[in-house]
Amino acid sequence: MSFFKKLKDKFQSNQSNEEVSYKYKEGLSKTRKSFSEKINDLVARYRKVDEDFFEDLEEVLIAADVGVSTVMDLIDELKMEVKRRNISDSQEVKSVISEKLVDIYYGEDEEDAAVGLNMQENDLTVILFVGVNGVGKTTTIGKLAHQLKSEGKKVMLTAGDTFRAGAIEQLSEWGKRVDVEVIKHSEGSDPAAVIYDGIRAAKSRQADVLLCDTAGRLQNKVNLMNELSKVKRVIEREIPNAPHEVLLVLDATTGQNALSQAKTFSEATNVSGIVLTKLDGTAKGGIVLAIRNELGIPVKLVGLGEKVTDLQNFDPQAFVYGLFADMLDD
Amino acid sequence: MAFEGLADRLQNTIQKIKGKGKVTEQDVKEMTREVRLALLEADVNFKVVKDFIKKVKERAVGEEVMESLTPGQQVIKIVKEELSALMGGDESRIAVADRPPTVIMMVGLQGAGKTTTTGKLANLLRKKYNRKPLLVAADIYRPAAIDQLETLGKQLDMPVYSAGTDISPVEIVNQAMAKAKEEHLDYVLIDTAGRLHIDGDLMDELIQIKSNVKPNEIFLVVDAMTGQDAVNVAESFNEQLDVSGVILTKLDGDTRGGAALSIKAVTEKPIKFAGMGEKLDQLEVFHPERMASRILGMGDVLSLIEKAQENVDEKRAKELEEKMRSASFTFDDFLEQMGQVRKMGPLDELLDMIPGSNKMKGLKNVEIDEKQISHVEAVIQSMTAEERQDPSIMNAGRKKRIAKGSGRSVSEVNRLLKQFDEMKKMMKQMTNMQQGGKKGKKGKKGKGFNFPFM
Ligand SMILES: Nc1nc2c(ncn2[C@@H]2O[C@H](COP(=O)(O)OP(=O)(O)OP(=O)(O)O)[C@@H](O)[C@H]2O)c(=O)[nH]1
Ligand SMILES: Nc1nc2c(ncn2[C@@H]2O[C@H](COP(=O)(O)OP(=O)(O)OP(=O)(O)O)[C@@H](O)[C@H]2O)c(=O)[nH]1
Ligand SMILES: [Mg+2]
Ligand SMILES: [Mg+2]
Repeated sequence: MSFFKKLKDKFQSNQSNEEVSYKYKEGLSKTRKSFSEKINDLVARYRKVDEDFFEDLEEVLIAADVGVSTVMDLIDELKMEVKRRNISDSQEVKSVISEKLVDIYYGEDEEDAAVGLNMQENDLTVILFVGVNGVGKTTTIGKLAHQLKSEGKKVMLTAGDTFRAGAIEQLSEWGKRVDVEVIKHSEGSDPAAVIYDGIRAAKSRQADVLLCDTAGRLQNKVNLMNELSKVKRVIEREIPNAPHEVLLVLDATTGQNALSQAKTFSEATNVSGIVLTKLDGTAKGGIVLAIRNELGIPVKLVGLGEKVTDLQNFDPQAFVYGLFADMLDD
Repeated sequence: MAFEGLADRLQNTIQKIKGKGKVTEQDVKEMTREVRLALLEADVNFKVVKDFIKKVKERAVGEEVMESLTPGQQVIKIVKEELSALMGGDESRIAVADRPPTVIMMVGLQGAGKTTTTGKLANLLRKKYNRKPLLVAADIYRPAAIDQLETLGKQLDMPVYSAGTDISPVEIVNQAMAKAKEEHLDYVLIDTAGRLHIDGDLMDELIQIKSNVKPNEIFLVVDAMTGQDAVNVAESFNEQLDVSGVILTKLDGDTRGGAALSIKAVTEKPIKFAGMGEKLDQLEVFHPERMASRILGMGDVLSLIEKAQENVDEKRAKELEEKMRSASFTFDDFLEQMGQVRKMGPLDELLDMIPGSNKMKGLKNVEIDEKQISHVEAVIQSMTAEERQDPSIMNAGRKKRIAKGSGRSVSEVNRLLKQFDEMKKMMKQMTNMQQGGKKGKKGKKGKGFNFPFM
């Protein structure tokens, strides 16, 4: 388990990391507890690694919304590994389980796993938010605006959701709370036109960051997905290399459909990162495993509540540490 | 979608059995395993799946499947029967208080669709039951939640009670009740803020509102895309508030919606309505049978038929068909036909409702493109009346003008003209064939034939 030692050392040697991981432990305490407790339970219940053991392990993972096919692959690999190393004691298999789960998070290159936002050094950074209805796009924009502003950046927002009742007022309210300017048109106007105006205004006011809100849309609505592609093209036309991030906002309570969301939104807008919201609830957020495993899109931010400070940069190591803290302690 | 329906899943085992001509207990085990996977992929909670599979297995190992000549069909039949039993029957009644106003309270997690559904319910109550609802803005937490409800009220031209955000939701609701009584409004719909079921303080707030106004209905609003957590949420809300029913939102998406089954299983409360879009008239009665098919990936044929019946003018459809046969079909007719098809809703949604359509390779590759349809429409709309009736007068100058008018390229215009021509030829051929009384033989040309928007 030297890998975990490394992780643990890293957190203990570094103050700010300790804080981050604490936040995660806090926010994910329920997740962490139930998840690792279940694996511990599992191990305690079985002295031998047999079919029943794997069946129950499968359930623990599925209950965390990891995704059926990811779980099946994982179990197959585990079975092979157990056979290869000739393990029959369930205590021993625990380390193999953790290793495999961590592998999925990190993918091929462990070091690159924590990907921050792609910010332009001395130029306008444009970030486009996309996602299905009600996942937390507008709220995340408010929170991120606050975070970036407190880093000393000049932030502007643009109200690209011209459809939903009260959407423009909602973003305006966030603008007020965070004290940043909001570019908006009236309800029912063309979203691409608002975004265009937002870019123009951000350029002329020499803003550092422009956060673009869009209306929630279900990924199977072809017309609405085309509309989104158009919005993105408008941004591309105005600024080469923009949008610098297209963030897909996913609700952690979402089940298997999140994969379809990630896939279709990527096709329409070339998603560069994921914001996983509502992790302060009881949903496990295991879908992150499936999405990283099957689509390779990194999670960049995590929503842990409705307050302006409830946004964390996604740190996979802290996330994994949070999930497995109990297991690491013994 | 990447998901396979249950029927597809069972194919393998069924093939094997066909080879042997005998169903063993092992075969049944394999089939129930496939049933399990199908349900899990549909987001049905694993505990619910476990209980369910047990029941199916018991029946399947008995004579029903083992003795059957069509074991696959038999398994599907058992699964559907058990699912339907679990889901219960249609139940979309809304309570009516002995003494008005009737009070309905909307509760649920953040972003589930409470505010939107409040508007939809109010709309339904007026439209179908001729009621006069008052909408109550009791969400003082989410930014602009009150604006949102007030905007919906304006769209519906219905009264909204709001009192700002400096007053407690409990007090707002009390005041709203007084107003409803005063103005003889017979329904009070309370839109509450989204909250986590584990947030003690906020849950207490709901409990207090409940004990104050004794709602006749408490609807738990749940997002149809919810995963395994649906059981925790539903169980917890139900334990604390004893909800009277569930409304499932965002069913216009492509989620299988297994959460429906989980929620029904743990709460035993009826799912009464389904949100089918963002607009205020997109609330439908929830049909458990159809949901069962959807969860299993068997398509939602009934909804498809209903949709078609609702939106297509049958007489006009017949006339158009007649025109097709007689080959007097013009661009005007074509435009109208496309309009009819479009009225049925987004085409890909329609396709999704057809069982096995995701399996039919041809259909999948076709990918009906709505954008493409708009282009075709634009081109036709840029034609003069004369050109639409008789495309043979088309020349380079006219094509150029049409291209410019529609914002499409000349080659696109050419393509459409060519396809239209082929289509007419095809129709003629088909009609001739039918009239000649020959059966079965498909026109050779039919193979490469495509509608212009496919
Ligand atoms: N508990 C919790 N609630 C959140 C979080 N992020 C957003 N919310 C809440 O979720 C609800 C929906 O958030 P919005 O920001 O309006 O979502 P949206 O994606 O912009 O919604 P549409 O524009 O309608 O598609 C609001 O009540 C938010 O307060 C989070 O991380 N945790
Ligand atoms: N496609 C679709 N969208 C829906 C449906 N119902 C609601 N929505 C959308 O889902 C998003 C959230 O809806 P709201 O009504 O604001 O949800 P809420 O539960 O009131 O949210 P909070 O008050 O923040 O907890 C909005 O974008 C709605 O337009 C539905 O049936 N289909
Ligand atoms: Mg929004
Ligand atoms: Mg609301």
